[in-house]
Amino acid sequence: MSRLHGLASPARFLRLADRVQPWTGWGAALLIGAGLVVGLGFSPADYQQGETVRIMYIHVPAAWMALFCYATMALGAAAGLIWRHPLAHVIAHSAAPIGACFTIVCLATGMLWGKPIWGRWWVWDARLTSVLILLFLYLGYIALANAFDNTARGDRSSAILALVGAVNLPVIKFSVDWWNTLHQPASVTRIGAPAIHDSMLAPLLLMAAGFLCLFLTLLFVRVRAGLLARRLRALRHARAHAPAVGGMDTGTGLS
Amino acid sequence: MNAFAAALGRELRLAIREPGEAATAVMFFVLAAILFPFGVGPEANLLARIAAGVLWVAALLAAMLSLERPFLGDYEDGNFEVLALSPLALSLVVAAKMLAHWLTTCIPLVAASPLLALLLDLGGGGYLALVAAMALGTPTVSLIGGVGAALTLGARRGGVLLSILVLPLLVPVLIFGAAAVDAAIAGLPVRQHLMVLAAMALAASALCPWASAAAVRQALE
Repeated sequence: MSRLHGLASPARFLRLADRVQPWTGWGAALLIGAGLVVGLGFSPADYQQGETVRIMYIHVPAAWMALFCYATMALGAAAGLIWRHPLAHVIAHSAAPIGACFTIVCLATGMLWGKPIWGRWWVWDARLTSVLILLFLYLGYIALANAFDNTARGDRSSAILALVGAVNLPVIKFSVDWWNTLHQPASVTRIGAPAIHDSMLAPLLLMAAGFLCLFLTLLFVRVRAGLLARRLRALRHARAHAPAVGGMDTGTGLS
Repeated sequence: MNAFAAALGRELRLAIREPGEAATAVMFFVLAAILFPFGVGPEANLLARIAAGVLWVAALLAAMLSLERPFLGDYEDGNFEVLALSPLALSLVVAAKMLAHWLTTCIPLVAASPLLALLLDLGGGGYLALVAAMALGTPTVSLIGGVGAALTLGARRGGVLLSILVLPLLVPVLIFGAAAVDAAIAGLPVRQHLMVLAAMALAASALCPWASAAAVRQALE
């Protein structure tokens, strides 16, 4: 636990990020590249759905990451509220737009997949609706985080919203079990053997690992930018409130 | 309990002395609902089919209008600081605000809904179910809305932001509220829909005052 708290120092976190980021960056490129080649080129077509099943290799990992990003965001928000580490809030804010993008990718690929298989771009079943609500939660969170002049207010208000919105995560996960939906139930993360053949599971897991690496890389980039933006803001604030020197510097308060 | 009654009494007095707030919400509800016959055409079958959903959506939007004032007013004139120092727990202070919102805004909406349902030609058995579903569903609206109002205290464009944050969270209420009316019209049992609405109201009444108080407390820091 104490080691975890040591990471709350932004400088130490950035040093760690600098060391890990090349690995996650190249990992993302290689894993996604390999996953696409295997998934699009070498995995078998589905006996019912034909070639359209290959959309799965984008759609399913994107859906997993949409939920994973929200979980990261909610954990960061909780840590920020409990221990008041500014870094935790920066991580939560950084994860939100990435998660929103994964959610959009998930919804867009789902629509492209739904058209040939279900015959419609969109159906209002529980899984689709709850993922759409997840997108609105992300957008509401981003809007609330940026709605305050005072950074600390935006941090804490949006953190509480992230925790309130976390009730949607189990609803999404179990929507296909609780309601009789058009969307198929889970076939990988279920008790017992996955209901999916190894030749399809391999590219799926490659893509999932690649998306995870991509998320971490983007997160490190955004956290670094977020910390620098905060420092810039603090410096401008200090400069605007510093006593003017010789009456020359009074007009440069930028904040 | 006395302190809670005093807090509730204060909220109700404030609302009654400014009756425009609740009246605006009801006017908005009526107008939003009667715009639909103009938009989709006056065909009776179509209107009867969509009446439940239209009334629920219009009621949700109308309830958003009067959520901001009880929280923002006390925040801006500093009353929240005093209320936070009072012996009454802050979660009960915000619970009194939520209850007052339900009594002064949602109850008039529930009362107006059968009349509007008449204009939209809702099917015979639906009226009782509509009133029951609205009466059981709107407490959740006030409770979750109170969390949104506390979160957006002092935010830029707070009123619009409040609706954007709260409406996605109210989708379950809308689903079960409209489903109860549809089930009643189709002659199916309504009971389970009403029980889900009541369960959501109970869960929200346990969690929302607490979350709302946390949001108010951080706004006062």
